[in-house]
This record gives sequence, structure tokens and C-alpha cells, in this order.
Amino acid sequence: MSDEAESVGAGATLDVEPVGAEAILSDRAARGKSLHMAIFAGLAVLLLIAPFLMYPFFLMKLLCFALFASAFNLLLGYGGLLSFGHAAYFGMASYVSAHAAKVWGLSPELAILAGMVTAAGLGLLFGALAIRRQGIYFAMVTLAFAQMIYFFALQAPFTGGEDGIQGVPRGHLFGIIDLSNAMTFYYVVAVVFLLGILLIYRIIHSPFGQVLKAIRDNEPRAISLGYRADHYKLAVFVLSATLSGLAGGMKAIVVQLASLTDVYWAMSGEVVLMTLLGGMGTIFGPMVGAAIIITMQNYLASLGAWVTVAQGVVFVVAVLMFREGIVGVVSKWLKKPL
Amino acid sequence: MADDIILSASGLTKEFKGFIAVDGVDLRVRRGSIHALIGPNGAGKTTCFNLLTKFLTPTRGTITYNGRDITQRKPADIARLGLIRSFQISAVFPHMSVLENVRIALQRERNDSFAFWRSQSTLDSLNGRAHDLVQAVGLIEFIDSLAGELSYGRKRALEIATTLALDPELMLLDEPMAGMAADDVDRITQLIRRVSKNRTVLMVEHNLSVVSTLSDVITVLARGKVLAEGDYATVSKDPRVLEAYIGAHP
Ligand SMILES: Nc1ncnc2c1ncn2[C@@H]1O[C@H](COP(=O)(O)OP(=O)(O)OP(=O)(O)O)[C@@H](O)[C@H]1O
Ligand SMILES: [Mg+2]
Repeated sequence: MSDEAESVGAGATLDVEPVGAEAILSDRAARGKSLHMAIFAGLAVLLLIAPFLMYPFFLMKLLCFALFASAFNLLLGYGGLLSFGHAAYFGMASYVSAHAAKVWGLSPELAILAGMVTAAGLGLLFGALAIRRQGIYFAMVTLAFAQMIYFFALQAPFTGGEDGIQGVPRGHLFGIIDLSNAMTFYYVVAVVFLLGILLIYRIIHSPFGQVLKAIRDNEPRAISLGYRADHYKLAVFVLSATLSGLAGGMKAIVVQLASLTDVYWAMSGEVVLMTLLGGMGTIFGPMVGAAIIITMQNYLASLGAWVTVAQGVVFVVAVLMFREGIVGVVSKWLKKPL
Repeated sequence: MADDIILSASGLTKEFKGFIAVDGVDLRVRRGSIHALIGPNGAGKTTCFNLLTKFLTPTRGTITYNGRDITQRKPADIARLGLIRSFQISAVFPHMSVLENVRIALQRERNDSFAFWRSQSTLDSLNGRAHDLVQAVGLIEFIDSLAGELSYGRKRALEIATTLALDPELMLLDEPMAGMAADDVDRITQLIRRVSKNRTVLMVEHNLSVVSTLSDVITVLARGKVLAEGDYATVSKDPRVLEAYIGAHP
């Protein structure tokens, strides 16, 4: 109300049209945002009631992978960078968190923090070297670094080789809250997950996120406007690696195990799969993709090696039916970014 | 006299695997002028632009901007010195709205472009200026559309708005009117004339009527070399220029 009075008071009669147009604009942006907030609210309710419908342990594992896929999507969907070595950050964080909790006796939040710092450091190092390459070469360089991490994990004494680090203690959060209670632990994981997703959402919708989208859309143009594209790419790489580290560290505490599976190239492939299946470049797609893949792995576990085949079939069908991924297609129908 | 020159190149040369696209070009762009670079297809105009803005590294030669040697600078740094280019192939951010396209340019001077923890609603304070720029290029009814959905001519107009948003001291436009409808050409011609009041413009343009109405100086390039230079009357009568054009367009 007072805004309107002010612009009228300014007395410029021709100001009427621009003010109207701006009002429409902010109105639209607000509506897009309110849809997202409604979905987040729905997600929160779902997280609240889920452990009464499904095993908390399964849900916790699912949330770790959903966070991992969302962190990966930050890089692929919004940074336009296809990393084929994200297992390195997820897996190394998993090892370090497991080691910190078991051997150093750190409380779970500090153990996970140690994993995140490791992932951030690796992301900074590998990212700085990888972003010098474009497209498929970028993917190959990230894969090569991830393989180095895999062989390191295979050889280094602290990772336990083929056995991995088993029997990771869940401990007490902040030294107080006992995480051996499944329900307590579940809600802690759910809160961390939700905060992680909200952080990713904020990154996408920040001044930084705007520049990132511009670089993804047209890098030479962004450079010609004076943006040093490489710095932004490196920043998003490190953010993505760090959040993958959060997912990996949390996973180690949840399943009480860090193993070679976490750093294996198949894990890098799986997160690509989850993201594409759910819809890359969408906010909610990767978690949907992760939910589908993890659920399949869980319920089809009896099929053994055939799980991989089943996953492949689902992926091929999904790609043929909806190329933009599940949420990507829904977003297209609704004509609204999701 | 010397500081009247905003941008100069001397002996600018670019070889692509033995093929010389730009061959010892000397160029002096006077401050405050509209300087046109014309020439037949493949003459090396775009390559020249890429060299001047450091999107390509010259094989030989030096580039001086405001008395400063910028031959070794990176393209983003060139932009930060106030030398902003557009591209021959329309260069918008297709998945961003028209408003966001312009705002991304306005955003740079805020120095908060790494603030990933801050809400983008802080950028709303730029909407007013973005709105005015969009209006100036006649795109106000599309302000909320995705840039990728605009027609080719409108994309070109959006590019000019985005370039202008940075208030460049020197604006390099590579065929800004290509693909535009006739009345859009008129509007953009007027706009370039208006905004050139307090800046310098170096433009590549095939539309000779635009070139003749707008430019103070014309440099004609053919096969990578400067063929002629001067005002429109001089250049258009030059027999070598006529020959180069006829030779290139059978
Ligand atoms: N990256 C490259 N590698 C090899 N040759 C190139 C490259 N870029 C341009 N050329 C060649 O250099 C010559 C000049 O090209 P340029 O694009 O600068 O011409 P132009 O004057 O802008 O032409 P047009 O009017 O068609 O835009 C052409 O023969 C082109 O094929
Ligand atoms: Mg060209």
C-alpha cells in the first residue's frame, strides 16, 4: 500500500506502466516460490510420518542417497558439469567419518564433519584440475581421479581393504542424544537431509546460482559479461563435493560401515542414474530417482546380480518414455520449474 | 591525439593451422565514435573481434586499450575493463527469463555473485533498471518469457540490452541487426545512435544502409587484411572495395 502511494506521490504520470509490470513480475516469482515451499512442506510431513509406514533404517539409507543425488545434481543440473567420479567424495567421506567415529572416538556430528572436510579438500584439488577440460574430457578426468581414490582405498591400511570399516559406532549426537534408538536417529537424519536440500535450494536461488545458470546456458556470453567462469565452476564443484561428503559421512554412521562399494566407479554411475531418472536440473527429481533406485535394490535384493539388469531396464524405459526424467516431465506438463 | 584513441591494434595476426584469417591488421578506434568493420564473408571480422576481446590469442601483434597493453589479458578481465562484446550467433541465456538475462549483467557490479547463501530476491533491487533496458529495446511484453523462446530478431535485441546493462565504455557488436525485421532494425539503429552518445561502438554489420547512417569511420577488411578506411563516401567509392565485394559475391 505505502509503496503504491509513494510512486504516485513521486508524480511521474508515465510511471504507471512500469510499476504494473514489475508487480506482475514479482507476483509470478512469488507464485513459483510458493509452489516449492508447499512441496517442501509436504516433504516435511512425509518425512515425519514415513517411519511409521516403513523401516527407519531403510529410510535413513534412502535419505543419504537422496541427498547424494541432489548434491550431484547441483553440479550436473545447475553447473552443467558431468562428473563421473562423485563416488570419490561420497566414499572418502564415508571412510573418514567411519574412521573418526570408530578409531578416534569422535561424536557422530564431528565424524561427519571430518568426512565433509575431506570431501571438500578433494573437491578443491580434483575440481581445480578437472574444470580445465570440457564435456566428455571433464567426465574422464573426474573418473580418473575417482579411480585413484579407489586404489588408495584398496591399499591404505586404515580403510580395511576388502572388509572395509565395520561396526562403526552410532554414538551420541553432540555427546548427548543417543542414536542407538532407531526413531531418534531417523529424525536426526531427516532433519539433516531437509536442511541439506534447503541449502541446495538456496544455492540454486542465490546470486551465485544465477551466474551459475548463466554459465551453464552460455559460457562464452557469461565470460564476455565479465564473469570468470572457472571460479564459479570450481566453487560449485567444491559445494557439490562437500554435500556429497555430508551424504557419505552420514551413510557410514547409518549403515555402520564404510566399504569399497562407496568409492567404486559403479557408485559414481549410480548417482548419475538416480539424477537422470528423476530429472536433472530439477530440485526434486534426484531424490525421486534415488528413492526408486534404492527401493528397487532393496526389494529386488533376492535377484542378486539381476538387480543391475533390472536397473538397466528401468533406466532404458525411463529414458525412452521421459527424456527429461520423471520430475522433469511433470515440470514440463505443469509449465513450472520443480 | 594519442589519448583520443580508445582501442588500437597493431600488426594483429591470427593463423589457424597455416591459414591466415587475420593478417597484420592495424586498427585505431577513436573515442566516442561509431566505427564499422565491414567486408565480405570470411574476411576475418569475427576473428578480429575474438582477438580484440581475447576470446582468441593473437599469433602476433599487440592490442592497446586506453593506453594499456591488454594483449595478455583474459576475456573476463577485458570485460571488466569496460570492453563488452556481443556475438554473431545470438548469445542469450536461453533458460533464463528476459529480465534475468539483463539482470545477470547488472548483477556483476554488486560483487556478491559468489554469495550462495543469500536469497536471489536481493537482486530484485535491480529489476527497475533491467525493466528500463528491456523497454528500450522494445521487449517489454516479453519481459517474463524465457529468452530461448524469443524469435531470432528479439534475441538480438535482448543481447543488446544485456550488453548495454554493463554500461560499456567500448561496445563491440558483431552483426547486431542480422535476422531482424525492418522496423526492429530501425529501432535498434536509433538505440545504438542514442547510446553511443557517451561511449564508443565498434560494429560489424552487413546492412550497408545501417552502416552508412550510423558510422563515423569504416574499415573494410578482405582476406584478413585492411583494404580501405574512411567515411562512407570515401570507402564506397574505393575501387578495391567494390572489387572485393563483387569478387566475394558472384
Ligand atoms: N577456429 C577456426 N579455425 C579455422 N579457421 C577459422 C576459425 N575461425 C575462423 N576461421 C576462418 O577464418 C576466416 C575468417 O572467418 P571470420 O569468421 O572471422 O569471418 P567474418 O569476416 O566474420 O565472416 P562473416 O561475414 O561470414 O561472419 C574464414 O575463412 C574462416 O573459415
Ligand atoms: Mg563474422
